[in-house]
Amino acid sequence: MFLKNTVAAIALTVAAGTAMADCGISEGRVSIVGNEFPAIQTVGAGAMACANDAVEVSTNLTADHQTINVPGMQGNPAEYTSAIVANSSIVALINEDVIRPLDDLIAAHGQDLKPNQIVTINGQAMAIAFMANAQHLVYRSDILEQAGVEAPTTYEEMLAAAEAIRAAGIFENPIGGPYAAGWNLAQEFNNMFLGFGGQHFESGTANPTVNSEAGVKALEMMKALSEYMNPDFLTHDSNATNAEYRAGNTALMHMWGSRAATLVEAEGVPQEVIDGFAIAGPMTVGGGDTPASTLWWDGWTVAKNISDADAEATFIALMNGINPSILEDGDVTTQAVWLLDGYEPTDAAVGGFDAANSGTAPYPMLPYMGLMHTALGAELTDFMQGNESAEQALADVEAAYTAAAKENGFLQ
Amino acid sequence: MKHKTFFWFFLPTAMAMLVFIAAPIVSVIMQSLFLPHEAVLIQVENCGPFGCTQQTSIDQEATQALRDAAPMGRFAGLEIYFDRGHLATAEVAAAWRNSESIGAFFGELGNLPFYRAMAFTLTYTFTVTPLLIALGFFIAVGVNSVTRQIRGFLIFFSLLPMIVTPLVGSLILFWMIDARGILGNLIQFLANDPDLSLKASTPLMWISLIVYGIWSSAPFAFVVFYAGLQTVPQDTLESAQIDGASRWQQIRYVLVPHLMPLITFVALIQLMDNFRVFEPIIGFSAQAHATSLSWIIFNDLGGETRQLAAAATTSVLTVLCVAILLTPVLIRTWRDFKGKA
Repeated sequence: MFLKNTVAAIALTVAAGTAMADCGISEGRVSIVGNEFPAIQTVGAGAMACANDAVEVSTNLTADHQTINVPGMQGNPAEYTSAIVANSSIVALINEDVIRPLDDLIAAHGQDLKPNQIVTINGQAMAIAFMANAQHLVYRSDILEQAGVEAPTTYEEMLAAAEAIRAAGIFENPIGGPYAAGWNLAQEFNNMFLGFGGQHFESGTANPTVNSEAGVKALEMMKALSEYMNPDFLTHDSNATNAEYRAGNTALMHMWGSRAATLVEAEGVPQEVIDGFAIAGPMTVGGGDTPASTLWWDGWTVAKNISDADAEATFIALMNGINPSILEDGDVTTQAVWLLDGYEPTDAAVGGFDAANSGTAPYPMLPYMGLMHTALGAELTDFMQGNESAEQALADVEAAYTAAAKENGFLQ
Repeated sequence: MKHKTFFWFFLPTAMAMLVFIAAPIVSVIMQSLFLPHEAVLIQVENCGPFGCTQQTSIDQEATQALRDAAPMGRFAGLEIYFDRGHLATAEVAAAWRNSESIGAFFGELGNLPFYRAMAFTLTYTFTVTPLLIALGFFIAVGVNSVTRQIRGFLIFFSLLPMIVTPLVGSLILFWMIDARGILGNLIQFLANDPDLSLKASTPLMWISLIVYGIWSSAPFAFVVFYAGLQTVPQDTLESAQIDGASRWQQIRYVLVPHLMPLITFVALIQLMDNFRVFEPIIGFSAQAHATSLSWIIFNDLGGETRQLAAAATTSVLTVLCVAILLTPVLIRTWRDFKGKA
């Protein structure tokens, strides 16, 4: 997977270097940092195509992007002229004040943008979104048929389906999910917690409210699901979960739309997995109406501490990266739910579309949400291993979050 | 050497140490004493692909004004050192009052990140260090006694774990012990338990990490001891043989005493290294079962909101812990030194 991505990235880079599209940039430096899933690779390659003798364009696309983007943009001049972010990771850039408002550049070069692509904060455009993302159900239609169950629409049905598959002796552990301790586990909690109607914070303040009835129910549901997972689930991030699915070991899983679309295109995936591959919308839980998932956008920003020429070059190069003409390539179309003009949803996008249409909540874009996410990732593992009660785990989360929020000036 | 000559010789080193060691440490200590400013929060309207919402955000201008007024941040003194993320004095005191038994008290301690990390770090340090010294010593003695023809090959082979990058080495082992990996499968077969998973059990994960630690550091001890064995006086060994000393007695009464200063040296370095255990925890994705102080620093810096003050405080605590850990060995070295003088 990693190797393949790397090879693909190099191939794209080489192709981009030879293409030498004329984007109309006469001077400047473009340096982009971002995540590494397929759609972002495409945008990065599109920006790289603007390189010419006077304009240097480089990308650093890595899963560790969020640990390097803030330090890489704090210097003056900033190392990275752009960070590709999501609605969670833009918060850190705003908190540290390292990205610039884009209104002037949009007026000059962004006429083709659709209004819903422009992310504004307090009236100022701060990012250009190019795709939407959400976690939703990915399943094996053949296995479900064999066990005589329908694709679940609620987590309760997912448990019943898993039990049926186990009882039929098809898989001992039919459920998969990115439950790796840390960021992934915290995100699964966020999904389930919002599905049960929970709120992370007292409205308008940074006071945590995860130690609530919704929090306990969310943890109990996660624990119930984990009984049907590979015992190593606390080490499975989304890459490892996908690998399990590709290997034909998983029948039901909660997966990112951005990764699900190209899931079975990897080499060596058994035919029955390719044939049985199916996608559905996110599930609800506990009789709620809101799906237990979150909505995300991915978009790009422009650094504050760079010259105007570099900012302009960066903006134009990335506009080229999200030029609607990239959708002419059929593979690119399936990579994401694009927010670009002329995008027609593909079969791979039904999950993401369903998530948006069924009122899924966007991931909370709050200055202190990152601290909550970190606290959840570190403190929920004891509960998932059965070492402590849900109440104790959530009390630990609140205590860890409160200590961190005090240190960072969000709580007194 | 004249004082003046010594001074000019030492000056470049001293400058480098000042710039690359002393200055960063001072900077870290300063960072651990100051907190970021209180964030001035405002309600703003945010719009994006999913519509507009009223949300809390940071008032950049007001916050910038605070930052300009006091660029270092808020002075916190030792407050961060004693909060829940670090020494957690209030929580420890509460746990002591509320626990009915010592066991329950330690259970409560295990809930606090610093003490949870210490439990693993100390176990790791004090099992890995002696075992790697023993293993390194026996490899060195073994390699030293084989014929010269294959010695080069054996030395290269024994050094391999040290040549492999720690992260890569731990990843390889991580995949091998996976329930579907070659070692994981073998262990399931030997234990006759198809559900056994090293990655799902805290004790087995600790053992895996410790085995990895010994495997990756033993070559260092081996190289040092092998070099030391080349300096063993042959007459002493021969007279021991003439006196009828067995192989074991030669090792016990000639080799070990001769290598003792080197053993102290390896122990010193390895105590320091093992206390800062980090790569295997990442490589093994073991954070659910085992954490260390270095891992806490990594986690504080790796979240979407970087916690610089918290990470700086843990760094200073690490330095202090290493200093405490090394005190007995340093005292011993000092005594030896004075004894010789």
